[in-house]
Amino acid sequence: MNEPVAAFKNALLALDRVSAQEVLQESIDRQGVVPTLETLITASLTEIGRSWEAGELALSQIYMAGRICENLIETFLPLGDPGRRNQPRLAVAVYEDYHMLGKRLVHSVLRSAGYELRDYGRVDLDSALRLVAEDRIEILFISVLMLHSALHIADLRQRLNLAGLPVKIVVGGAPFCFDQGLWREVGADAMGRNASDAAVILQELTGGGL
Amino acid sequence: MTAMTSLQRVLATMGNREPDRVPYFLSLTMHGARELGLSIKEYFSKGELVAEGQLRMRAKYGHDCLNGFSYAPVEVEAWGGEVIFSDDGPPNSGAPFIRSPEEIGRLTPPSIADSPCLQEVLKAQQIMKSRAGGEVPIVGVVVSPFSAPVMQMGFAPYLDLIFEQPSLFERLMAVNEEFCVAWANAQLAAGATFICYFDPVSSASIVPRDLYLKTGFPVAKRTIARIKGATATHFASGRCLSVVGDVADTGTKAIGVSVLEDLKTVKEACRGRLTVVGNLNAIEMRHWSDEDAERSVRNAIAAAGAGGGFILADNHGEIPWQVPEPVLYAIAESVRRWGRYPLAQVEEHG
Repeated sequence: MNEPVAAFKNALLALDRVSAQEVLQESIDRQGVVPTLETLITASLTEIGRSWEAGELALSQIYMAGRICENLIETFLPLGDPGRRNQPRLAVAVYEDYHMLGKRLVHSVLRSAGYELRDYGRVDLDSALRLVAEDRIEILFISVLMLHSALHIADLRQRLNLAGLPVKIVVGGAPFCFDQGLWREVGADAMGRNASDAAVILQELTGGGL
Repeated sequence: MTAMTSLQRVLATMGNREPDRVPYFLSLTMHGARELGLSIKEYFSKGELVAEGQLRMRAKYGHDCLNGFSYAPVEVEAWGGEVIFSDDGPPNSGAPFIRSPEEIGRLTPPSIADSPCLQEVLKAQQIMKSRAGGEVPIVGVVVSPFSAPVMQMGFAPYLDLIFEQPSLFERLMAVNEEFCVAWANAQLAAGATFICYFDPVSSASIVPRDLYLKTGFPVAKRTIARIKGATATHFASGRCLSVVGDVADTGTKAIGVSVLEDLKTVKEACRGRLTVVGNLNAIEMRHWSDEDAERSVRNAIAAAGAGGGFILADNHGEIPWQVPEPVLYAIAESVRRWGRYPLAQVEEHG
């Protein structure tokens, strides 16, 4: 971990918005906004995600770090700014239940990394199909907490295929962490072990060409 | 050693003595519905059905408890919130009923006597108590005052409240503590042997220790002191190793531990202070073979069985509806095969 990333990560975890903003400003002055999204923001959030997986950090810290990060980057790169990344059409949703935190974290990570995305809130099979079709979504991030909701994603995958909608599905949430093969079983294209994986997976799915 | 009753077995292990064999809890909250040919919603609608389902589950699998638990959002229902039932999973809480933090000031705890959904839970426990003849522990469950707000107001707004509105947070804890204590004591009066204090937000996976010591810890300490029976704190598969000593200081007697942490290390940290409950992976369990079940049971017993202070269970607190009967039979058979004390013949099996 390089020095700016370590400093930014530490500031986020200390809920020190002022220090985080200083590190961010210094990076933007040095290399510009878009490279900073990659080398500082995504790198820091990825480190934070890894630390959570290792049991070194708690979810509340990730939530607060993401919130500060998202807020900071939007002061430098407001939504709708032409400097935001050229990207596929993205959406994030919770499937079938009301456990919204995972979705909120993914939303924060992707917005902090400079992406714009639709937030569908809670969806079920019918509403997910309708929204994906209407908005011509290319990559759908789905968060679940419950096993049965995770298993139901297989129905969504099948119906999307039948409808000829070429959307990629990225899943995340507890059931996928406790059963490593589950994401393939339900027909997802990728699985994030933590919210910070979202930005990395997005780059992988798009060949890094954003 | 003469065979013990389930209650004797559990009390012995909680007293850090080795009983005749390792006790095991199967948290089959929904499988009773399938046994009775009912939907999950129908099953939970009457205490008589839940009691019958629980007794039949125990007759089948021989585990050492009866689950006096229905579903976590039964408490939300009592508060006036929405519950969403599913055909193949646990009922879930619906949209949060606290829509803005300002509503917390007007919140009053529901009356247990006037909550039909809670009365059905108590009825189930009364029936289990009368039919199990005092030989089987009955597990009552409360959602901790610190964890209930996730269902009451949503997770992210709750975290915002903790960080940004400490006085409203304290007010919410005070209201929730009143309800939690009353609900726990009502279950003990109905027949529950002890109370599972379900507190996932206090796990190290959700809040760091320094925040826990300012929030979930004092709440647990105050609440558990007023519950008129033993409690077991459960983190619903969240990590606990960094707070084991603190959890013991809350006055609880047992701790539900995660498959994400090394069971042997956790047991050492808990030794003499907390009985360890865990840590089979209930999500993976769905597709276990007999060999997988035996290996998992054997490894858990090898890691944590020695000296008592251990109850084999899943690490989530609820075995999913999708886990089939053969897996449950294989777990039961494996405990009987490898869980006999003394455990000299049990070694970790890769």
